[in-house]
Amino acid sequence: MSSVNEYHPSLIRGLWALTVRELKKWLNDPVMLLMLVIQPLIWMGLLGKSMNLGAMFSASNLGEIQVPEKIPIPGSYVIPPTSGIIYVSGTMFSQIIQQTVSDIGPNVMRNIFGVTDYFSYMSIGMISMIVMTTTMFSGMSIVWDRRLGFLDKVLSTPVPRGAIIFSKVLNATLRAMLQATIILFLAMIFGLQLSPSFTLFNILGVYAAIFLLSVGLSSVFLAFSIRSTRLERPMQFISLITMPLMFASNTLFPISLMPDWLQAVAYVNPLSYLTDALRQLTILALNPSKLITDFIYLGFFAAVLSSIGIMLSWRYLSK
Amino acid sequence: MTEEVIVARGLTKVFNRNLVAVDHVSFSVKHGEIFGFLGPNGAGKTTTINMLITVLKPTEGTASVLGYDVVKQANEVRRVIGVVPQEYTADEDLTGYENIILCGDLYGIPREVSRKRAVELLELVELTDFKDKRVETYSGGMRRRLELACGLINRPRVLFLDEPTLGLDVQTRTATWNYIKRLKEEYDMTVFMTTHYLEEADTLCDRIAIIDYGKIIVAGDPEELKHSLGGDIITISIKEDADISNIIRSIENVKEVKNENGSYRIKVESGELTAPLVIEALRRNGYTVTRLSLTEPTLNDVYLEYTGRSMRDTEESKEAFRAHRMTIRRARAR
Ligand SMILES: Nc1ncnc2c1ncn2[C@@H]1O[C@H](COP(=O)(O)OP(=O)(O)OP(=O)(O)O)[C@@H](O)[C@H]1O
Ligand SMILES: [Mg+2]
Repeated sequence: MSSVNEYHPSLIRGLWALTVRELKKWLNDPVMLLMLVIQPLIWMGLLGKSMNLGAMFSASNLGEIQVPEKIPIPGSYVIPPTSGIIYVSGTMFSQIIQQTVSDIGPNVMRNIFGVTDYFSYMSIGMISMIVMTTTMFSGMSIVWDRRLGFLDKVLSTPVPRGAIIFSKVLNATLRAMLQATIILFLAMIFGLQLSPSFTLFNILGVYAAIFLLSVGLSSVFLAFSIRSTRLERPMQFISLITMPLMFASNTLFPISLMPDWLQAVAYVNPLSYLTDALRQLTILALNPSKLITDFIYLGFFAAVLSSIGIMLSWRYLSK
Repeated sequence: MTEEVIVARGLTKVFNRNLVAVDHVSFSVKHGEIFGFLGPNGAGKTTTINMLITVLKPTEGTASVLGYDVVKQANEVRRVIGVVPQEYTADEDLTGYENIILCGDLYGIPREVSRKRAVELLELVELTDFKDKRVETYSGGMRRRLELACGLINRPRVLFLDEPTLGLDVQTRTATWNYIKRLKEEYDMTVFMTTHYLEEADTLCDRIAIIDYGKIIVAGDPEELKHSLGGDIITISIKEDADISNIIRSIENVKEVKNENGSYRIKVESGELTAPLVIEALRRNGYTVTRLSLTEPTLNDVYLEYTGRSMRDTEESKEAFRAHRMTIRRARAR
């Protein structure tokens, strides 16, 4: 009979085959794809557009300003100074105030958010939000593989155990990247302002940052869900931590305006670093030293969490 | 042709430190054989298979496949075996063809080769017309056949089948037996299978081991096992509600009498000669025979002989249990 041992499974082949399987499952599902687009749309539309912080600083928001018809001004305030009292028209005075307030608005926005429109700020925050949840959820698909016996079947083939683990991580990362691209694209349609320094090269940076967070998070979630036969536990855990992680970060609001204790949390929250890196690369004038800090932190996060996660999963699979 | 392909020595699996699922099981399977593990629900069949296919590590004991140790040389074992699990494990969201190719990829088979084999295998299990349909739309029998095709993509030398006809109707079951036999011949394989269908073990397997509560109770050629019981079995029911064991026992050539839910199983040397005597003796004592049947021993009798329980009792609930389990899984999968 013919030799059976002629083929050797390689890590890359197996990894790719298993990853493609998951992506296919995902892309084959039209409802899922629709949700993928709708979910960020809802967030951006409701939060980004409704919380129109920039528009707060408009003259119409000042309400009725009570100004007398004639305003007396001591002559010493006039340039050049004169004696006695002069009068200016009240209408002109209120026009000046309104003009000044409208001018202050963009300045306040720029100082707090770095950009003049909250929508751009928030859309990028949304990207990191979606990256986080997508990553956590896709690590969980192993629960199904286990329950439905697929995992046992794969384990009975000679495919390297690493391929099984890495395929989950890679799948999570690719999904996150695809979602991020879609949201960025949608946000641009709805008015996101890219900074003038933005180049297509920056997109690579965006993907790199997303990759780092995804690898770290999905590895840990994989290790966590590989042990549970029920989906409920990881699901509950995710819903428990997403909200706090989102609010204790710069996703929706700048850290500098938070109370001290919250700032402390936000400064260790990897979501803050991802969001900042993404903003630096897209809507802000790039600040290299801050960007490097972001990447160092994200790299550190990825290295530590993925080592732990992959080690734990590996131990489980070769048990 | 007497090469021992699978050898298990004192194979044991303990779950959670106290549940002994497989208890010091030893057996060997020869080249070209179809070897069957016959046992009821929870007997430890799947656990045994999982140890042989390297998915579970034995708590104690050793096993080897084609000379490769299932623990120390797990990767070598994996490359020469094919596995058809008890559950339907094909990915529901992929097509049948995609599933087979995926299996091929996991074995590292080059795509040109696996594509050719996939077409061949789909033809063999008669799924060619459905190859581009999602598995979601397959019937139970089609899924089984797909699993079979997946398990053969690497041209295994040893094929492991865990309850290959579970949940299939009688026709599909017979068809599946034919596939298995044909595939075995075609690929010169050795087959290790589990089943809880007596008929399946009887017609399909060259040798069987009856397993119960994790232990092998008896092993051998099904024909031999049946003959070893010696003689035929008369099953008899009477109208009256009385114990007639003693009357029957006094009849010449009666070896053994068992009262099984009101009907009596009488083991005799020759059914044809003894049956009239039994009827005669009962009538003399004033009893009316309502039913009498004469059978050659079946594997159920073998099972009954060694465990004191009838295996048929477990069959009905097993089917219901499986249907229930599948429904739950499907519902949760949505
Ligand atoms: N992963 C596990 N953890 C704990 N106990 C287990 C596990 N797998 C099986 N068991 C137990 O081991 C025993 C044997 O199970 P096994 O699945 O091997 O039986 P089986 O003969 O294949 O039964 P069936 O006909 O239902 O498939 C059962 O009591 C079962 O509950
Ligand atoms: Mg089983």
